[in-house]
Amino acid sequence: MTGAPLLEVEDLRVRFHLRTGTVEAVRGVSFSLGRERLGIVGESGSGKSQTARALLGLTPPPGEVTARRLTFDGIDLLKASRRTLRSLRGGRMAMVMQDPKYSLNPVMTIGKQMVETYLAHARAGKREAREKALAMLEAVRLRDPERVFSLYPHEVSGGMGQRVMIAMMLITDPDFLIADEPTSALDVTVQQEVLRILDGLVAERGMGLIFISHDLRLVSSFCDRVLVMYGGKVMEELASGDLSSAQHPYTRGLMNCLPSISGSSHPLPTLERDPEWAK
Amino acid sequence: MMIDIRDLSIVFGTGRLRVEAVKNFSLEVEEGEAFGLVGESGSGKSTVLRAICGLAPVARGSIAIAGAPVKTPRDQKFYATVQMVFQDPYGSLHPRQTVDRILSEPLSIHGLRDQDRRIVAALEEVGLGPGYRFRYPHQLSGGQRQRVAIARALILNPKVVLLDEPTSALDASVQAEILNLLERLRAERGLTYVLVSHDLAVVTHLCRRLLVMRNGEMIELTDAETLRRGEPQSPYTRELIQATRGFRRGTAPAST
Amino acid sequence: MAELAAPSGKSSLREWLTTSEPRSRAQARLGNAYRSWVAFSRNPLAMFGLFIVLVLIIVAIFADQLATHSPTVGGDLRTERLQPPSAAHWLGTDNQARDIYSRLVHGSRLTLMVVMLVTVIAMPVGLLIGTVSGYMGGWIDAVLMRITDIFLAFPRLILALAFVAALGPGIVNAIIAIAITSWPPYARIARAETLTIRNSDFVVAVRLQGASPFRIITRHIMPLCVPSVIIRVTLDMAGIILTAAGLGFLGLGAQPPTPEWGAMIASGRQFIIDYWWVATMPGIAIFVVSLGFNLLGDGLRDVLDPKAEK
Repeated sequence: MTGAPLLEVEDLRVRFHLRTGTVEAVRGVSFSLGRERLGIVGESGSGKSQTARALLGLTPPPGEVTARRLTFDGIDLLKASRRTLRSLRGGRMAMVMQDPKYSLNPVMTIGKQMVETYLAHARAGKREAREKALAMLEAVRLRDPERVFSLYPHEVSGGMGQRVMIAMMLITDPDFLIADEPTSALDVTVQQEVLRILDGLVAERGMGLIFISHDLRLVSSFCDRVLVMYGGKVMEELASGDLSSAQHPYTRGLMNCLPSISGSSHPLPTLERDPEWAK
Repeated sequence: MMIDIRDLSIVFGTGRLRVEAVKNFSLEVEEGEAFGLVGESGSGKSTVLRAICGLAPVARGSIAIAGAPVKTPRDQKFYATVQMVFQDPYGSLHPRQTVDRILSEPLSIHGLRDQDRRIVAALEEVGLGPGYRFRYPHQLSGGQRQRVAIARALILNPKVVLLDEPTSALDASVQAEILNLLERLRAERGLTYVLVSHDLAVVTHLCRRLLVMRNGEMIELTDAETLRRGEPQSPYTRELIQATRGFRRGTAPAST
Repeated sequence: MAELAAPSGKSSLREWLTTSEPRSRAQARLGNAYRSWVAFSRNPLAMFGLFIVLVLIIVAIFADQLATHSPTVGGDLRTERLQPPSAAHWLGTDNQARDIYSRLVHGSRLTLMVVMLVTVIAMPVGLLIGTVSGYMGGWIDAVLMRITDIFLAFPRLILALAFVAALGPGIVNAIIAIAITSWPPYARIARAETLTIRNSDFVVAVRLQGASPFRIITRHIMPLCVPSVIIRVTLDMAGIILTAAGLGFLGLGAQPPTPEWGAMIASGRQFIIDYWWVATMPGIAIFVVSLGFNLLGDGLRDVLDPKAEK
């Protein structure tokens, strides 16, 4: 938990040069991440997912990423060669996406995909890779790892798929994991389970985690720190416990507009957006 | 009684592929009431809505609207009484039709005159100015699309509006706006709502009475006040309440 | 927001077209058309295809003015037969001493007529059968699609040949034969497209407003199938021209002395070694026009295909 931060981001910008002009999706985001859980919250179009993609070098063309500083464990990600990036990605840095259906290869069994991922990043034999994969499937509390190992992605349910995804991403023992809306495609009760597994693994392995979601309540209950983004900028950074004392009107607005079982005002307060915030 | 459903069973497929999506479902909704159906995917909550509209195969049971059993196939009078708002505002509007065309279609089908006035009034009612009238759906945001969908449902002056997860595809702040809009419209027009959602917080905000469903079965018929006091009957409802509060560390891991 | 420049004539028209708040149905429709046109005009190959097609249409309209000689009546058979390209006969003459250039110019009318008539007959038929089949499903779908399959099972030229043989040779019968053989792919495409949209929420929404199946098919489903069918038709135009030319070549299409391009190649075939221009010139014409329709179809696909939209 001590020492130099795992990830340092300073003045990160992501621009898309389109025919109709340049769109800046991320506009000067700075933060650093240790071996902790950092949440990034924002509405659609706030730049939260583009921030995550830029960290992994996955910004789709014609996007352009600039930053004054973008380092992972001392490696400058902007200057690193494609090869270094590739070996970092999926090796020491991993990402779990929203919908496992689109992130898994539909014509390859889950086990084979996991073995291939492991072999691509570790010097190991087939047998060792297989054992590792089975151990990972067990770690995400899948009841019958042997069976899941030989299934195709379409044969597993959403919750199982997301757990498989997590297992696959963690098989290379990454130091840093980005989870982009990992549970929003799941049922609420399954969501709890998947989060619990993710939480356990992150704590156990001492990983750094960036958890991206539009759900402020979920993020603040899961993470240690929260960045609130709007219009490609960080509005506020605060510890999860301090959310109720948030200063920024945007954060407060996001909190207040959620209905609650224990009673909410009628009508719900709506969020007033100030164009000044995005300047 | 506005909606009266008795012993409804809905079965998809036959033989080995036979799935009973809804089992022995009964429901009574008073006129002017907002009723919530809560459940996760596969609970059959949306299937019930579709069955009311004649879009799902009813194997057993009866459905009555405003005291009269519904006809199969549904007649024009039914469609003028019951309308529906869908979950996905991107999929529920025809991509090549302007808002004007989308709103005028129900009017032409039912042979209503005075289209211009009705369309402008309907847009106004959902908080969209006349400037939106000739836009295409791709020129609108998710919240604006959902407002158009609500305007379309209301333009025939229905008594019952079926809401199928109307806010789950929207951002939290937009969700609040749509929930407020729905609440205001119900108060103004005395509408009867059946709201389907997986989010207990949304349902308890809008509805007084609600029904929790799971795997096509009715789990618990309860009301928002009981849940507010934290006194649900079934453990499953308790689990759903827990989920709306976010993540809680240290609870016993569930096994699969 | 940046200050808008004072509206000059041209830019204010563009603003009027691209505004996100159109004031009338017509403006919204024109604005949408303008956006498509802007996207289309950015594709140079598609513009080239459009140019070729426009030239074909202009040539067909002004054939009488553009032709230098009569297309059917030849010159002096003793001195003017099979002349190479020259100042008097720009593309040479054929074995009947007729000016090839003038015959090509007049032949463009036939080509255009074939293409248009086939489109007018085959497209609506294919569209209707496909959308009805896809939307209604069940036994209607099964019957319509098996009929489609039967037509698809034969190579188009062979089937057209059989029809022409039964109906008797001639340009009109050739057009009918080609139309009869070209609708099945359109029906297939329209059906596939219909299947993807028949259960979408917006179709369910119209059903819940009480719309009849006929209304849903014609007013809500067909407009979405038209673009992909139009694209397929433009891509098929080349094939239609070639089929017409093929029938002409076999003597089953246009009858002499009609200046049909395929028939012209057929008659030039016997002299191809010594008098290459007789068969080559109409061949080039068929090639260029086919290419034009193909490029146009490709360009249209990029603009009209709903799936390519953002």
